[in-house]
Amino acid sequence: MSRIGNIFILCLLSGAFWGAIYGVLVTLLALLISGFEFQPQVIAGTLAGIASAGVMTVRPAGERDRKTFFAAIGVFIAVLVIVSGFKPLGLGMGTYALGQIIFVVLLAWLVTTTVEMIGRGYGPSHEKRYNVEVVILRFLKSFGLVFFTIAVALPFFVMVMMSLKNQQFLLANPLDFSLDLSVGAATIFRSYIELFTEYNFGTFLLNSTMISIATVVLTLVFAVPGAYAVARLKFPGQDFLSRSILLIYMVPMIVLVIPLYAVFSQMGIRNTLWGLLFVYPATTIPVALYMLQGYFRGIPAELEEAGLMDGLGRMQVIMKITLPLALPALASVSLYIFMIAWNEFLFAFMFLDSVNLFTLSRGIAELNTSEVPRQHLMAGAVIATVPVLVLFLWFERFLVAGLTAGSVKG
Amino acid sequence: MSKPTPPKGLGPLAKREMRFAYSLLLPTFLVVLSVVLFPLLANFWISFKPIQLGDLRTPSVLVNERLMDKLETVGAEGDIRYRVRNSSKKSDIADIVMTDAVPASLSIVSFDDRCTLAGQNLTCDLGDYEGGKREDIIVRVAATQAFIDTPDNIKDTKPAFEFVPENALLSGDFSLENFSKLFNSADFWPVLWASLYYTIFGTLGALVMGLFAAQLLNLSFRGRSVLRGLFLSPYVAPVIAVAFAWVLLLDAGPGGTLNALLQQLGVIDAPINFLGTRAVTLDFGLFTFDFPVALTVVILFEVWRYFPLAFLFILARMQSMSTDIYEAAEIDGATPIQQFWYISLPQLMGILAVLFLLRFIWTFNKFDDIFLLTGGAAGTRTLTVNVYEQAFAVSNLGAGAAVAVVVFVVLLFFALIFFKLSPEDDA
Repeated sequence: MSRIGNIFILCLLSGAFWGAIYGVLVTLLALLISGFEFQPQVIAGTLAGIASAGVMTVRPAGERDRKTFFAAIGVFIAVLVIVSGFKPLGLGMGTYALGQIIFVVLLAWLVTTTVEMIGRGYGPSHEKRYNVEVVILRFLKSFGLVFFTIAVALPFFVMVMMSLKNQQFLLANPLDFSLDLSVGAATIFRSYIELFTEYNFGTFLLNSTMISIATVVLTLVFAVPGAYAVARLKFPGQDFLSRSILLIYMVPMIVLVIPLYAVFSQMGIRNTLWGLLFVYPATTIPVALYMLQGYFRGIPAELEEAGLMDGLGRMQVIMKITLPLALPALASVSLYIFMIAWNEFLFAFMFLDSVNLFTLSRGIAELNTSEVPRQHLMAGAVIATVPVLVLFLWFERFLVAGLTAGSVKG
Repeated sequence: MSKPTPPKGLGPLAKREMRFAYSLLLPTFLVVLSVVLFPLLANFWISFKPIQLGDLRTPSVLVNERLMDKLETVGAEGDIRYRVRNSSKKSDIADIVMTDAVPASLSIVSFDDRCTLAGQNLTCDLGDYEGGKREDIIVRVAATQAFIDTPDNIKDTKPAFEFVPENALLSGDFSLENFSKLFNSADFWPVLWASLYYTIFGTLGALVMGLFAAQLLNLSFRGRSVLRGLFLSPYVAPVIAVAFAWVLLLDAGPGGTLNALLQQLGVIDAPINFLGTRAVTLDFGLFTFDFPVALTVVILFEVWRYFPLAFLFILARMQSMSTDIYEAAEIDGATPIQQFWYISLPQLMGILAVLFLLRFIWTFNKFDDIFLLTGGAAGTRTLTVNVYEQAFAVSNLGAGAAVAVVVFVVLLFFALIFFKLSPEDDA
């Protein structure tokens, strides 16, 4: 058994990589949270990562215990501190001392844990291709998880933090997202309070809610009978219909906007919520119909036939047998339609002129001027995002099952 | 007891079922007809008309009524002037009829020969007014004693009009001018090219990222459902919220987070205007390449926002795969990468193809994202943004509709391909 095999090399490489990457990330995190101008020590981080990975993986896979782990953490911290000239985060240990210690330990723990997981069960000796691939894929997965998490979360993080920070302050220190909790909730949430008291966001929230719920109800009222007909009844043109429903959904909204704008303007219903209530369900009915018919097909026809035999009419069969069975699908379609209506921007932007009719999307568009502080813009974005996100995450399981069972949509 | 016989000829029953089915579908059909199919046709109609945004206001007849002379003695004569005009500069108004009551205290001496008098009520048939026309109708009156005692204000009775305004949308003016201008304009090809570039790379990026993310979350580990929720959130959040968050994140001015981060890391010296830079020239020694900065950022946004959708469907497909085949492969000694390449990927090809075609079409249709990020500036103007630009920024509805026709035709082309290639059993 040779001491230094390919697994050992791979673990050193991943130690170097993660020492550098986590070094940068943790330093930036410290910077964002504390407001001190920390500088990532990339070279020190890389070397510390290599050293720590070496300490960890030089031992045979079965003998890495808690002691090895702590030794690796210790080596990481020692190398990082010494190579960086006692400035592990780029500033002297004196500034923000306790915080620095916490962040350095966090950094060491992250790097060591990741390297331990990547190399777990293998090495340090030369291993066959299968195990090498496992180690490489573990490395790629750890990288993917960190990459996606940061890429997805960063804009939301910026959105929330900017909504809580005073604009002058942020312009001077764009990276300082530290919150001074001592100023009190009223100051921290000032922009939210002002949006509701001065910018009519209460009305917008109400309008958005009403429009979205009404769209869901209208869509279901139209789509449920249609979906049932396409899924269950035999009639000429059935195949054509079930294939072409989705085609309607591919008609770009921007092509519909000009004629609808022109006609609605002349009919005097453009700048009304009724206009939106006409357009929204029409654009969502085809998807809802498509999703529902997929689900209806999955309900055994025998159940309905039993109902028919027992003397129920078709309508009663739908109401008493099909719909109760399709409840999960109805829930997921409703949620999905709600999401579309709540997030809709184009028609709300084109149609609505009067402030008291604005939906949230339209209201936020109005905040995007130099006169309104960014803080308010981001607070508006948070207000629009939170309800739909909470609702979605709450019912996510439903939605995913319903979405993927019946259809595909963008 | 009669022998039971199978029912002969399902005719009436089948017919009833058919009628029932049609009655269930009729409301949907009507709504889709009025909000999707009718506007689609109307868009073609508008694209052949020289029509501006302002023409949507229907013209009306405006009038200014005035007694031109002071009447101070009984019998003194003076003119009442009705200054009538068409409110629109362009649209015609047909069959204008004006009626007005002249106060009883004024006796009417003479009036315009297009008018008729019944008692004190004047009815004038003014005929048709072309756009911008104005004229004066003069009625000569004489004061009576009653007028001298208490002068009536002639404006107390307002003249009433009946008329048939021309509707700019329905008029018979047609021209190919919108299309000829569109195809001859210098930015038609750049716009089309940007559209395709955006669509192709946006779609591919979202699919590849979705595939990658699905591989990550196909394992079970602690915090998996949290990550799944997080990964879906770009797709669920309102586009306006996330787009503005990106705009502020990428801001080149003071306060832009990403630029500040990169400067702090020492990666760049001066802030980069991510959303405002059309291209930077990269010099590779042998050749140079104009890298479109803003367009790439817009595509990254598209990938960021829509990878969750691909992720969702790919993950669902992967979790429905049978594990037997992997166990067999494992025994045969297939490595993880071989398993992915030779077992997972072929099984995912179906959903990937469907996702590609659907995302391709939806990305091509996308308007809000680019509109909110750049407004179509710095080389990011796609066809859909150009529709808005022409119709509402330049206020030329006809030109906008012509671009929309191009969008629709390109799309029809893609949709045909989609239906040709679509597997029988999708998703």
